[in-house]
Amino acid sequence: MKLTLRVWRQKNAGADGAMSTYEVDDISPDMSFLEMLDVLNEHLILAGEDPVAFDHDCREGICGACSLVINGDAHGPERTTACQLHMRSFQDGDTIDIEPWRAAAFPVVKDLVVDRSAFDRIIQAGGYITAPTGAAPEAHATPVPKPDADFAFEHAECIGCGACVAACPNGAAMLFTSAKVNHLGVLPQGAPERETRVLDMVAQMDEEGFGGCTLAGECATACPKGIPLVSITAMNKEWLRATRKVAKR
Amino acid sequence: MARTVWDSTVGKKTVMAVSGLIMLLYLVAHMIGNLKIFFGPTEFNHYAHWLRTVGEPFMHYEWTLWLIRVVLVVAVVAHAVCAYQLSRRDIRARPSKYVHQRPRASYATRTMRWGGIILGLFIVWHLLDLTTGTVHSGGFQAGHPYQNVVDTFSTWYGDVIYIVAMLALGLHIRHGFWSAAQTLGVGSRARDRALKTAANVLALLLTAGFIAVPVGVMTGVVS
Amino acid sequence: MTSYAAYPTGDPVSDTKAPTGPVAERWDKRRFEAKLVNPANRRKQTVIVVGTGLAGGSAGATLAEQGYRVVQFCYQDSPRRAHSIAAQGGINAAKNYRNDGDSVHRLFYDTVKGGDFRSRESNVHRLAQISVEIIDQCVAQGVPFAREYGGLLDTRSFGGVQVSRTFYARGQTGQQLLLGAYQALSRQVAAGNIELHPRTEMLDLVVVDGRARGIVARDLITGKIDTYVADAVVLASGGYGNVFYLSTNAMNSNATAVWRAHRRGAYFANPCFTQIHPTCIPRTGEHQSKLTLMSESLRNDGRIWVPKAKGDTRAPNEIPEDERDYYLERVYPSFGNLVPRDIASRAAKNVCDEGRGVGPGGQGVYLDFADAIERMGRKAVEAKYGNLFDMYQRITDEDPYRVPMRIYPAVHYTMGGLWVDYDLQTTVPGLFAIGEANFSDHGANRLGASALMQGLADGYFVLPATINDYLARHPHQDPVTDDHPAVQEILAETEDRLNLLLAVDGDRTPDSFHRELGELMWELCGMARTDAGLREALERIPRIRDEFWRRIKVPGTGEEFNQSLEKANRVVDYLELAELMCLDALHRAESCGGHFREESQTPDGEAARRDEEFGYAAAWEFTGTGEAPVLHKEDLVFEYVHPTQRSYA
Repeated sequence: MKLTLRVWRQKNAGADGAMSTYEVDDISPDMSFLEMLDVLNEHLILAGEDPVAFDHDCREGICGACSLVINGDAHGPERTTACQLHMRSFQDGDTIDIEPWRAAAFPVVKDLVVDRSAFDRIIQAGGYITAPTGAAPEAHATPVPKPDADFAFEHAECIGCGACVAACPNGAAMLFTSAKVNHLGVLPQGAPERETRVLDMVAQMDEEGFGGCTLAGECATACPKGIPLVSITAMNKEWLRATRKVAKR
Repeated sequence: MARTVWDSTVGKKTVMAVSGLIMLLYLVAHMIGNLKIFFGPTEFNHYAHWLRTVGEPFMHYEWTLWLIRVVLVVAVVAHAVCAYQLSRRDIRARPSKYVHQRPRASYATRTMRWGGIILGLFIVWHLLDLTTGTVHSGGFQAGHPYQNVVDTFSTWYGDVIYIVAMLALGLHIRHGFWSAAQTLGVGSRARDRALKTAANVLALLLTAGFIAVPVGVMTGVVS
Repeated sequence: MTSYAAYPTGDPVSDTKAPTGPVAERWDKRRFEAKLVNPANRRKQTVIVVGTGLAGGSAGATLAEQGYRVVQFCYQDSPRRAHSIAAQGGINAAKNYRNDGDSVHRLFYDTVKGGDFRSRESNVHRLAQISVEIIDQCVAQGVPFAREYGGLLDTRSFGGVQVSRTFYARGQTGQQLLLGAYQALSRQVAAGNIELHPRTEMLDLVVVDGRARGIVARDLITGKIDTYVADAVVLASGGYGNVFYLSTNAMNSNATAVWRAHRRGAYFANPCFTQIHPTCIPRTGEHQSKLTLMSESLRNDGRIWVPKAKGDTRAPNEIPEDERDYYLERVYPSFGNLVPRDIASRAAKNVCDEGRGVGPGGQGVYLDFADAIERMGRKAVEAKYGNLFDMYQRITDEDPYRVPMRIYPAVHYTMGGLWVDYDLQTTVPGLFAIGEANFSDHGANRLGASALMQGLADGYFVLPATINDYLARHPHQDPVTDDHPAVQEILAETEDRLNLLLAVDGDRTPDSFHRELGELMWELCGMARTDAGLREALERIPRIRDEFWRRIKVPGTGEEFNQSLEKANRVVDYLELAELMCLDALHRAESCGGHFREESQTPDGEAARRDEEFGYAAAWEFTGTGEAPVLHKEDLVFEYVHPTQRSYA
């Protein structure tokens, strides 16, 4: 396959960026999208040019490092991560636009690499259960109904890639935040911190400069792990519950 | 608690959802009242007068009406202020656009902001036209709403403004009602289809019910 | 050629911290004997932790909870992305919830035997004891393990053991356990007890007066190289499987932290013990950048075969039953497709070497579900393996319900690593190594679902107990600051190394060297190794290294985000580590676990261990790049599990 790539190039956080056009040849349909970028970079290095910087690590769809907007879609046309997207999803002769996640809370570091530390700070604000090592009771002391365990798991699958923010017209982090709130909120182990968790995490989310939710649903469509939009509804409910409960204390 | 709500994006959305639902309830009553126009001037004017006497003798003349007006003004202002602040925030949160753009979300979702602005402007015109009569075409007669309505819809621009606004209202309700349910946490996977259907039916009924009046005037059914 | 292969043998290395007495009491004994640090004094002591995977994440969180000041590093943009996240299968624990005869002793026994008698009994027993607490800890953190309808934890059996002791969270157990540790870590970051440095890569170890006192690390965004000093350093930087270029490791997983520590005096033990996983998706061409694992559980129902005839290019469905060779079932009638990982891998290699491999380049064998679909019905197969089939289809664009899967072995885990004593301390005082970075618990072969167990055991329970002893014994170390001459000297060396890389300005990319080295290692130090092949490797590696320093091209500068520079610097270390792996493989003229020497096999082609000569762990001491290292042997004593030859026929 022969392709034309239009790639966002930006020297560093402070610099202005622009799209640059490159041609790549001999692309196999079996290549992953990132392997296609590897080919481009090998050429660029040998030509004495700066290779395109992009985040990637596990290349099996679980670490959440890769973060490319491909032809306007976070992670590209398939419901998966960019590392698990294969070139057979494209046609010979295609022009492909590759851009970084765009959101005020995810500033560009270089080219296609963005800073997602805001997500870490949302987790730090309350996305945990306080269980110091050694303090745990016997695992079978508290049974968890299977539907609750499954609900928790479904939300715990979030890989923190940020595609939800990238796809959201408002740059909102509601889906990410709700996934963790719901994962921990439904478990008996997470009950004691239920109220503070959701209030603190939402407050931190706002603090980081993410937008608000207009329920456009783009986040759930882009999510490679299929976290559903109702996750946000459940968090809203949890937040209202917590607000009422804390007011009564 | 008020502080928590007002300072949070989730809280502001809650304010929008609650105020939106208050306005929606009012609109349903308003639409039903409007349809009385098809039963002639006596019934319609009588209904308009009754609105001022609701609650008597407990309430004084027009007290109930003013109470409703106050609640509605508070709802409109709260809804608009939250919408404005959230929109500003949303635009700031996504300062640079994607070079490669493609249509996203549904039409109703994408038009919430503009639709809201159109509706806000419409309310101003609507009050000046049929409540105060300031910009009314022809001689505004207080106490004769039937004639005033017929006058307004006898002008082409009156019809256009009204119908466009009602279409915007339909779209606004279509996304707004479902969205409010999500914000208030009553949505769920099982309930989603029911909520979407309810939103569509409400939007359709309100739009059709409101538009029936100018159409009635235009076709001569109401004159 | 200097005589790299003519290594000298030094004094034996001994585990001075290992307690004696009954094996089941040793961990308690050690914990009691270990000195403690007064809680008020902990705040004054700083511990550096490198890596945020299962071992590093759990260690950082726990040390911070105990009151130490923790400074933690990861090269990823977030601690949550460490490669532990990719582990699929599960985590073993001797809970015996199934009442199927499991016990701490049985897990201990299985692990020692599975490691082919090349691990320490004391360490393995401790691991089995702690396994029980790990599950409690993780459940308390909210890890969503699979549960049964009664609300209790579900378990499954795994990798040849006869009990059901593997706890799991669908196919994402590693992810869920890592997020648990990450969340515990995040809590401590928020509490101000951990100073976190993401996107910061350790480039060297600071050793002052014979003790580990800090690290040199580069901020990957600004390119700034800094020194960080501490009272102790913990390496939790993972394994070195990426020496092979193609492996199931993450692209940026690397050996720099452990290799630089080795260069500063930490012995490297058993580097040739690498695990090759039999069920990976085969490579499709030159462009392949990494390999993807498919859960071993597929072998429960899939049948492995190749055509009987060489060079048979017919589509699999066109090959009649009597022209197929179900070689595992033929050679190992009692275990069939369920033989251990190393045996399945080697058998696949053998049939491919015979020219009977399938798929592009003949590097693959079929894993066929046709019989299973006929027997269980498509629905049942879907329910059991649906997500794996989807993943396979996504990557290969072939429908495994209709066409047999193609699989091939791939490098997956490294049992070798920095030599550590019972306290997980390396031969450099104050330097600890935990998780895959050390060599301690798996011997020559790791059992399935044991990597997660070891990482968390080390991080949550072992290290936080044993590091106290070191810190208590060295409460008032001479203050070392960043401007200490020894620190500055190491910093300057690091800066020089990177500047040198940038200055060569040659005509080959870092990846091209990495790929060349990886192919060599796979061919000569992969699944089957020979004396001649390893000697050849030992000749070729220094030549590649020379060429690397003449022809490497790294664009850009060191004062910016520069992924080529990161990669090139990692390749520098692979080029040295590879040489040690080959030497270790050459010197160990026996077959055991993941290390198969063709010269040492039984008449029917099985690995033949030679306990008399090689019943030791080989700990290598660095003497200089390309210089022969010194071998220090640690004799392994088996008091409870007596070495036997494995048989699966």
